[in-house]
Amino acid sequence: MRHVRDHVPGLCNSSGKVVNILAERVLMKGNEALAEAAIKSGCRHFFGYPITPQTEVAAYMAKRMPKIGGTYLQAESEIAAINMVLGAASAGVRAMTSSSSPGISLKTEGISYIAGSDLPCLIINVQRGGPGLGGIQPSQADYWQATRATGHGDFHILVFAPSTIQEMVDLVYTAYDKADEYRMPAMILADGMLGQMMEPVEFPEREADHLIEKPWATTGHQNKRPHNIVNSLYLDPNELEQKVRERFQRYEIIKEKEPMAEEYLVEDAQIVLVSFGATSRIVKSAVNTARSMGIKAGMIRPITLWPFPEKVIQKAAETASSFLSVEMNMGQMVDDVRLAVNGKKPVYFFGRTGGIIPSPAEVLAQIQKIMGGAK
Amino acid sequence: MAIVFQKPKTLTDATLHYCPGCTHGIIHTLVAQAIEELGIEGKTIGVAPVGCAVMAYNYFTCDMVEAAHGRAPAVATGLKRALPDNIVFTYQGDGDLAAIGTAETVHSATRGENITVIFVNNAIYGMTGGQMAPTSLPGQITQTTPYGRDTATAGYPVRICEMLSTLDGVAYAERVSVDSVPNIRKARAAIKKAFENQVNKKGFSIVEVLSSCPTNWGLTPVEALDWLRENMIPYYPLGVYKDKTGGDK
Repeated sequence: MRHVRDHVPGLCNSSGKVVNILAERVLMKGNEALAEAAIKSGCRHFFGYPITPQTEVAAYMAKRMPKIGGTYLQAESEIAAINMVLGAASAGVRAMTSSSSPGISLKTEGISYIAGSDLPCLIINVQRGGPGLGGIQPSQADYWQATRATGHGDFHILVFAPSTIQEMVDLVYTAYDKADEYRMPAMILADGMLGQMMEPVEFPEREADHLIEKPWATTGHQNKRPHNIVNSLYLDPNELEQKVRERFQRYEIIKEKEPMAEEYLVEDAQIVLVSFGATSRIVKSAVNTARSMGIKAGMIRPITLWPFPEKVIQKAAETASSFLSVEMNMGQMVDDVRLAVNGKKPVYFFGRTGGIIPSPAEVLAQIQKIMGGAK
Repeated sequence: MAIVFQKPKTLTDATLHYCPGCTHGIIHTLVAQAIEELGIEGKTIGVAPVGCAVMAYNYFTCDMVEAAHGRAPAVATGLKRALPDNIVFTYQGDGDLAAIGTAETVHSATRGENITVIFVNNAIYGMTGGQMAPTSLPGQITQTTPYGRDTATAGYPVRICEMLSTLDGVAYAERVSVDSVPNIRKARAAIKKAFENQVNKKGFSIVEVLSSCPTNWGLTPVEALDWLRENMIPYYPLGVYKDKTGGDK
């Protein structure tokens, strides 16, 4: 981490020394900002396993946690790390793990158990190219995994997709609060670009009482209450169906209350681009160029990928003539865009994959192609 | 009338689901007695495995967490790091601890996590109906070794206490058996010591308990205990494999 100034308040300096004043703007790498935001949110238990390109999250935690009485533990595997998160979350603390795409695949077993046990936690995925070992350059090819298949069984997790380092910090705060509120795992779905880039960032101080009570936690009953059991096993199908249905009733509330999206020049747009995370910055640039050429382009940027902000898209489908989803994959979020548009308008897709970041010129060319002769 | 024996208060009134003649019930009682005698019920958290003891969370009166198959030591690690002043134990079978969870077992041991591991070794997968376990003996007939475990293709049994005793992080490793009253008494002492070690912050303690599975071994309960004595104990010798707790052992 490098700072705008030599001495930066409340954070670690490059030699690991903690200096102690409050929020100011600092220049920080995305991965390190994620870690510091988690600490500011009250996280004192981090369990991880080394993998590129999220390495700095763990490195920052290793430096910082011992100084503040927290736990940094390098697990023997991604599987062990997520199960340590399950244990710590059972104890009621704000626990966290961080990984990149292939590592998240290994964690999916544990994520399913955490969801099935109604435990809150924070999972970071700094995405890289796949499938398999893939590559180590930025990617958004885990959209399907994050929104549909973070493990076996009927469940969802909250998925937040920041596009700036500041938003990463803010969404870590939100993710922990919402995970606790709804008793479910939350994920920050970043990518190698956001993880590795540096931007000025501020860390808002949390109010002292932002942590909620967790009477369900297995903290030892001290002979004062019946024993608490954290469990995902229900051998009676009726009981299991009931548990899953209760969870889906909670999801309905979340789908109503929690979707987040940025709308940019959508109101009069003829073509609405849909894009999330780092890609949206490129798309915004292409939209601006298109506007300067007289093409009425706009952008919707889903900030929550689950719950997907479908109402914002539905509304735009009333006025726009077409949609273009731009992603760093072969077309994954476009499925959700099509579901929201529901056949009312054509939905196109453009993407680069394998770790290639699309250029504004490539996106502009797609806009021009769709808009035909329009200038 | 004088009470000479009663169920520990640290066991619930739930009816155990174990098969007739299974020794899990004895081992549950020994664990519950240790928790009761040490007066630690209120601060103890147990971690149940996947296997025959999957519903152990219904039987112990302390707080309980159900882990995924083999992951109990990782879950226990997370609990213990979050609650260092509480007592955390895992209760695991041989498939859970010595096959799918080998990494979690070895690494929680080598980190010296201050937890207590109760390892029930009955040389077979019980819950799924009697498949070969990592601890099944050479020549042992199971559902998946119908001609007997052939070491040329299925390899050799894993001796967990011997293996873990080589790790610096392990404070205490003992193998006991519940095949006879004298051995049950020794098992009771070992399990209590494994909990006491944690109370005294001595570090990772494991007690391997040789146990019988009449149902899947295809034997009567009495025959099963004989089989354990005649076949398992020679392959898995009883005794203390490691003790750096400075206790009176």
